Amino acid sequence: MSKKEFSGAPLIEVSHLKKYFNVPAGVNHAVDDISFTIHKGETVGVVGESGCGKSTLGRTIIRLLEATDGTVLLNGKDITHVKGKELKEVREQVQIVFQDPYSSLNARMNINSTIMEPLKRSGRYKGKKELAEKANELMDLVGIDERLRNAYPHELDGGRRQRVGIARALALEPHFIVCDEPVSALDVSIQAQVLNLLMDLQDQMGMAYMFVTHDLSVVRHISDNICVMYLGQLVEKCSTEELFANNLHPYTKALLSAIPTTDVHHPMQRIQLKGEITSPINPKPGCRFASRCPYATAACSEPQELTEVSKNHFVSCCRVAEIN
Amino acid sequence: MSEKFLQLKNVEVVYTSGGDIVHAVNGVSFDLEKGETLGLVGETGAGKTTIARAILRILPNPPAIFKGGEIILDGQNLVELSENEMLKIRGDKIAMIFQDPMTALNPLMTIGDQILEVLMLHNSYSKEEGHKRVVEILEMVGIPGERYVEYPHQFSGGMKQRVVIAMALACDPELLLADEPTTALDVTIQAQVLEMINDLKKKLNTSMILITHDLGVVAQTCDNVAVIYAGQIVEYAEKVELFDHPQHPYTLGLFGSLPEMNEGAERLKPIDGMPPDPTNLPKGCPFNPRCPHATEKCFGTIPYQETAPGHFTRCVMDFKQEGEKK
Repeated sequence: MSKKEFSGAPLIEVSHLKKYFNVPAGVNHAVDDISFTIHKGETVGVVGESGCGKSTLGRTIIRLLEATDGTVLLNGKDITHVKGKELKEVREQVQIVFQDPYSSLNARMNINSTIMEPLKRSGRYKGKKELAEKANELMDLVGIDERLRNAYPHELDGGRRQRVGIARALALEPHFIVCDEPVSALDVSIQAQVLNLLMDLQDQMGMAYMFVTHDLSVVRHISDNICVMYLGQLVEKCSTEELFANNLHPYTKALLSAIPTTDVHHPMQRIQLKGEITSPINPKPGCRFASRCPYATAACSEPQELTEVSKNHFVSCCRVAEIN
Repeated sequence: MSEKFLQLKNVEVVYTSGGDIVHAVNGVSFDLEKGETLGLVGETGAGKTTIARAILRILPNPPAIFKGGEIILDGQNLVELSENEMLKIRGDKIAMIFQDPMTALNPLMTIGDQILEVLMLHNSYSKEEGHKRVVEILEMVGIPGERYVEYPHQFSGGMKQRVVIAMALACDPELLLADEPTTALDVTIQAQVLEMINDLKKKLNTSMILITHDLGVVAQTCDNVAVIYAGQIVEYAEKVELFDHPQHPYTLGLFGSLPEMNEGAERLKPIDGMPPDPTNLPKGCPFNPRCPHATEKCFGTIPYQETAPGHFTRCVMDFKQEGEKK
C-alpha cells in the first residue's frame, strides 16, 4: 500500500463511543470508550479476535445499533441521535458490506431488484429507464456478467454474491463504507479479486473504508491505518507500516507472532499466550489483557489510557516504555 | 521415515446429484510415510475432504460412489474390508479431526464420556482405568481433568477443538486425518492448537494428512504438500521445494493471490475466472480455461512429470527448459 497523508477535517470522528448489551450474566461491554477518526479516501483497518467487538463498533458507527454513550460525527455533524429524514440522509452516506454473502442477500429477490431497491428508495432516479441504467452501471462497475442480472442469489457463488453486496452498498455513492469481513468467507483466489475491486473503487470514487477483519495479511494489504482491538477497547492505533515494523502493545505482538507465515525458511517464533480470552461481561477496571499478558504487574489493574508514544502512534499500556 | 505406510492408487469418487454426476476425486495417488505430514491444499470444492472421507470410508452412499482405486494402509487394502473390519480401524488406527468443533460433539454427553466411548470401543479397560486414561488424554491437550464432567456448551471454540483432538488421539492412531482443524479458530488459539498437534505428532510418531486452504498453516506444519485442483493432484513436492519453486500455473496463481506473499505490491494478481463446474469438467487439463499459458496441447492428455527429484507437476509445459532459461 502506498503511503498516503491524510489531513484536514476528518470524514468520520468517533469519540468515546460505547455500546453495552444487557445479557443474563451482566453487562457486556462490547465497545468501551473508543475514539478514532477516518479521513476521505482513507482505509482504517480494525483487527482483533472474534468477540472483541469489532463488528459491533462498525455497526454502532453507522447507526445499525444505537450507541450507549459517546458521539459519531459525519463531516462535523453529530449523527449519533439523528432521526427521521435526517437519519435517512445519513444512511445514504454511510453503507456496509456484510461478512456473509449468503445471508445478507434476500433469497427471493433477483440481483437486479436487489441493487435497484436502494436506488428506488432514495427517490433520486425518476422512471424505470433511468433506474435500470444506473443499476446496470453499478453491475458493470463491480463486474457482474449481464447473463446473471436476473439470477437469484442461490445461483451465484460466494465471490459473485459479495460483488452484489458491494454494488448494493455503492448504489447511492456513499462517502463511507464499513466492510465487515467482506472476504473471509471466500477462497484465496476469489478473495484477491474482491480486494482488488474494493481498492480500485476507492481510487475511482474516493470513499473511506473501515475494514473489519481478523486476517492480518489482508488488513496489511488494504489499510492505511490500523486499530487493534481487544475486548471492546483499542490497545494500539498507528499507520500500517508502523504497526508491522514497530508494534508496541504486548497483545499486538502476540497477535502478529501467531499468524502462520508462508516463509518456509524461518519457522515462526510465537509469543506464548496463557489461557483464553476473558469475558467482556462486567469487566474489572484495568487492562483487560493483563490476565494473558507475559508482562503484567500490579500497575496493570489500574485503568489504562490510550496515549501517543510517538507521532500518530497510540498505545494503551502502562508498561510500554519498559517492555520495548 | 522410509516405509510406505499409506498408499493411494488412482482413487476416484463421484457424487450423483439430480441427474448429474459430480466428478469429485479423479484419480488421486500419493504415498505417505510413517511420521510424515502431508498437506492437501486447494479451494472449496476441490475434493480435499472427499479424499479424507474416502480413506476412512465414511462417504455417504448415496450420493457418493467409490468408483475405483486402492487405499493401502500397512499392506492392507481398505477398499476390500467389510464394514465390521472398518469399524475396528476407525478411531483406533485412523482417526479424523473434523473442521467444525461446534457440530462434531454430542451436546447431551459430557466431554469425558464422549472420549471414554471411543476408548471403550477399542480397548478393554475397567471403568476406573478408562476414567483415568480420559483424564490423562484431556491433560495432554491442555484441558484440566476436572472438566471431564462438563458439557460442550461450557467450552469455548478453541477448547472444543481440543476436545475433538483429544478424542481423535484417544487410541494413539497411526494415521490422523485433520480436516481444516483450525479454520474455525482465532489466530492466537490457532497457533496454540497447531503447536499442540505438532508436539503430539512428534511424541507419538503419527502420520498426518492435513487438509487446509491456508498456505501459512501448510508452511508451518507440513513435510510435503499436494496441491489439489478439480479432484486431481496438480503439483506435489517437498514443502520448501514447493514454496521456493512452484511450477504449476494454478499453484503460481494461488501464491499470487496471497497478500502476505506479495508485500509492497499495489495489486494482487488473482487467478481469473472461477473453479470449473465439477459436473462438466473441461477437456484435458481442468485448469485450462483459467490458465494464462494454455495452448492446444492442454486439451489432450496431460503428463504427470517429475520435474525435479520428488517434485511432480501435472502440466504439459517443459519445466526443465524453463529452469535453464532463468
